[in-house]
Amino acid sequence: MGKPMKIRASVKEGMTEVKILMQHDMETGLRKEADGTLIPAWFITEVKAEYEGRTVLEAQFGQSISKNPYLMFMFKGGSAGGKVKISWVDNKGDSRSDEVTISA
Amino acid sequence: MNTNQICRAVMVLALSTSLTAVAEEKAVTDSERIEQYREMISDGNPAEFDEMRGEELWKTPAGPKNASLEQCDLGKGKGVVKGAYAEMPRYFKDTKMVQDLESRLLTCMTTLQGIPEEQITAKPFASDKKDSDISSLATYVAGQSKGMKMKVSTKHPKVKEAYEIGKRIFNYRAGPYDFACSTCHATSGVRIRMQDLPNMRSSKKDAQTAYTSWPAYRVSQGLTRSFQWRLNDCFRQQRFPEPKFASEATIALTTYLAVSANGAKYAGPGLKR
Repeated sequence: MGKPMKIRASVKEGMTEVKILMQHDMETGLRKEADGTLIPAWFITEVKAEYEGRTVLEAQFGQSISKNPYLMFMFKGGSAGGKVKISWVDNKGDSRSDEVTISA
Repeated sequence: MNTNQICRAVMVLALSTSLTAVAEEKAVTDSERIEQYREMISDGNPAEFDEMRGEELWKTPAGPKNASLEQCDLGKGKGVVKGAYAEMPRYFKDTKMVQDLESRLLTCMTTLQGIPEEQITAKPFASDKKDSDISSLATYVAGQSKGMKMKVSTKHPKVKEAYEIGKRIFNYRAGPYDFACSTCHATSGVRIRMQDLPNMRSSKKDAQTAYTSWPAYRVSQGLTRSFQWRLNDCFRQQRFPEPKFASEATIALTTYLAVSANGAKYAGPGLKR
């Protein structure tokens, strides 16, 4: 299982702002070791955000995203106390899900 | 810097410029743009992961003595981490030395946990391959002083002495390039590439901003860096011999810089290019 994420979610004037910091090496597959061998690609491929079981965001990630990716987005209709669940899957089949309660 | 690592910067920069398009009317300087970029990514600082890791290390028994660091005295009593960093370096009676945070952690790890010093100092800094326990611990402890005022006391003659030595090191020109810290850090309004260089000798504000932002996550390296690392790398850039980890010289220099930052709120762990 992947390392934990840091998620913050707050609602203001009907818009829920979600800030996610993921912990991942995000290797491009293009970097080399000192001895010339390629470091295998290892990166998040899919990110999904759910609000109370309903998908509010789906994203495809690739090699161009940095190490420890930070993602911020907003959606309409969330309310304080509701739960936002973020999940990612990487190209090695590893995954991680974390949940946070929306604050006012 | 590899492409992967540049991308974070580019992505956020692109985002920040589009969001501020309205304010674009008046000329925006490069340093203002960098400031905007820093602000945008400041609440997604991966240094937080190191703080989490450091806290875990602080509380988990380890080493031959299987002890946690919760009995470690950082100057405010055993186990007190809150506000400890804002008052360091300081004089410690038990070691009869002025110590900065990292040298103090080294003392605790060797005495309380029984980890051999060489094991910690052989590779004290994090790399792509390996996390650094002592850096994570330092990041966690420093983070516990966030928002607190820097107040490093020079009342003790040993601290005063360290301050004076640090000041001399800061201004001491040597090495193949005849460099000193002051070569780059004693003039206002200069920069290297896109980075503004803080004038740490005569600008109180510059000295405060610079000191209170370390330890920091370096986006270009994808790692959280401690203050010992910062000094070590400054010496490398000056082509000085690499200082020993937690040596008296680095502690003296840290004392000088920390005292120069007195009065400012500690704002770290920071986030750098």
